[in-house]
Amino acid sequence: MNTIIKKDFPFFDKNDIVYLDSAATSQKPQVVLDKMQEYYTQYCANTHRGEHDLGDRATTEFENSRQYIAKFIGANTDELVFTKGTTEAINLVASSFVKSRFTKVFLSELEHHSNIVPWQLQGLNIEVFPLDKNLNINLQEYEKLLKENPKSFVSITHISNSFGIINPIKKLINIAHKYSCLVLIDGAQALAHLKIDVKDLDADFYAVSAHKAYGPTGVGALYGKYELLESMLPYQGGGSMITEVSFKKSSYLKPPLRFEAGTQAIAEVIGFKAALKYLFELKQTQKEEDVLLQYAKIKLQELSGIQLYTQAENVLGNISFTIKDIHHNDIGILLSKQGIMLRTGHHCAMPIMKKLGIKGTIRLSFALYNTKEDIDKTVEALQKAIHLLRKNKGAKSATK
Amino acid sequence: MPQNKISKEIKQLADELELFDDVMDKYEYIIELGRALHGLNEKYKTRTNLVQGCQSQVWLHEYEKEGKLYFEADSDALIVKGLVQILIRIYSAHSSKEILEIDTALLKELHLSEIISSGRQNGIASMIQKIYTYARQDNDQK
Repeated sequence: MNTIIKKDFPFFDKNDIVYLDSAATSQKPQVVLDKMQEYYTQYCANTHRGEHDLGDRATTEFENSRQYIAKFIGANTDELVFTKGTTEAINLVASSFVKSRFTKVFLSELEHHSNIVPWQLQGLNIEVFPLDKNLNINLQEYEKLLKENPKSFVSITHISNSFGIINPIKKLINIAHKYSCLVLIDGAQALAHLKIDVKDLDADFYAVSAHKAYGPTGVGALYGKYELLESMLPYQGGGSMITEVSFKKSSYLKPPLRFEAGTQAIAEVIGFKAALKYLFELKQTQKEEDVLLQYAKIKLQELSGIQLYTQAENVLGNISFTIKDIHHNDIGILLSKQGIMLRTGHHCAMPIMKKLGIKGTIRLSFALYNTKEDIDKTVEALQKAIHLLRKNKGAKSATK
Repeated sequence: MPQNKISKEIKQLADELELFDDVMDKYEYIIELGRALHGLNEKYKTRTNLVQGCQSQVWLHEYEKEGKLYFEADSDALIVKGLVQILIRIYSAHSSKEILEIDTALLKELHLSEIISSGRQNGIASMIQKIYTYARQDNDQK
């Protein structure tokens, strides 16, 4: 199945490598590149400005993308703001919404730095929901904290970028709303792997990036319930987000354009739609991805001294592990030399690494184009690397 | 580019590394080179000596003795330890003038992507910077 999918990605024509770092960024299918090229070669013009036909076409394609992407995640079109990515979307909410209404934010211990630092930058304090031994949010503790702190702001990842754990978002949002709290979901890792329906989840805000879901870099989106977006002041000022400007005062457009100052990443927005359309038309199910992940889990157990950090059943997208007495950095270098691209380190989630008492892990992250053969090659390369490192560990100096 | 003892050492190391057809053998050799590092006295494993940007921990301690600069280092990862030893073989026990004569571009001859790349996570690049900064400071004092 997936060898066929690989053909859609020109990257693999030219590179005989195993790519298992899609949680960092995925490869892009030809259809995405074609759509971006089409904009640049056939109707390159700025959006929401000129009177000419070219500008009209660019604006139409841009707004069609908004409509498609909004629908893809179950949102209304005017509830979808384009941003640079998930990180900017969270910064926008921190700056334009949370800062003026809250003094602290509640996060889980699993969070990526992009769901920690934006809050700190706005001078907000952070309180943390503890995890159980399987790295799942402890629901009783979660409810207890929110009961004690009603009307708070909560921000949680949908899928952990370091451990692939899927949080029970719907349940978490439901509990939060019981205590009149508002919830932002960091969906950076979820968009490529799960069917998202923001209305069904009842999320107040939901942030995504295109580039982790087969789309271009430099674009993402923020979903916000319309009444919330409407209550927010702009994040940045500039072109195309105003109704009137004088040196005394300016007035702003309604959401979502209010939050899109300056020329947007037009080609990328168009490519973003193409990526989600590709994903939709593949009809690849979560089950098929799960098969590959379970296969990897079993194969990895063959490695001596392995500690897997994702025993939990509700895991998708990536697997994290360490190898006893071996530094993840050494593994990363030796795997790269064997043509296997994976990520080692703290994965921009230092707090959870600290809690686990480790400096980092080795992470395999998957996408639709990955195959069982990729996993076999990786395990073989890991075996080679581990053998070499164990052999040389502690041996006496052989050189001058 | 001026020829001095440093550029000769770079050439020597490049020749040694070129001997390996198999990339895994080459990295095994780098690990072996790392064994020549005798570690660093615990008192030098300070926050100030910690090199920024490394996935692994690298400490670099530098001192001057009779007009020459000396570098000592340690790391908790084997390959990085080898890479660090390569840099020490190149730069340690030379005067700041000799160090500053050498353009870091010359290190490309080693064909080691970990030394050449300048990514934000590249601690080896930070280590090279640290060596040059120390050499410049020493040179300015003269």
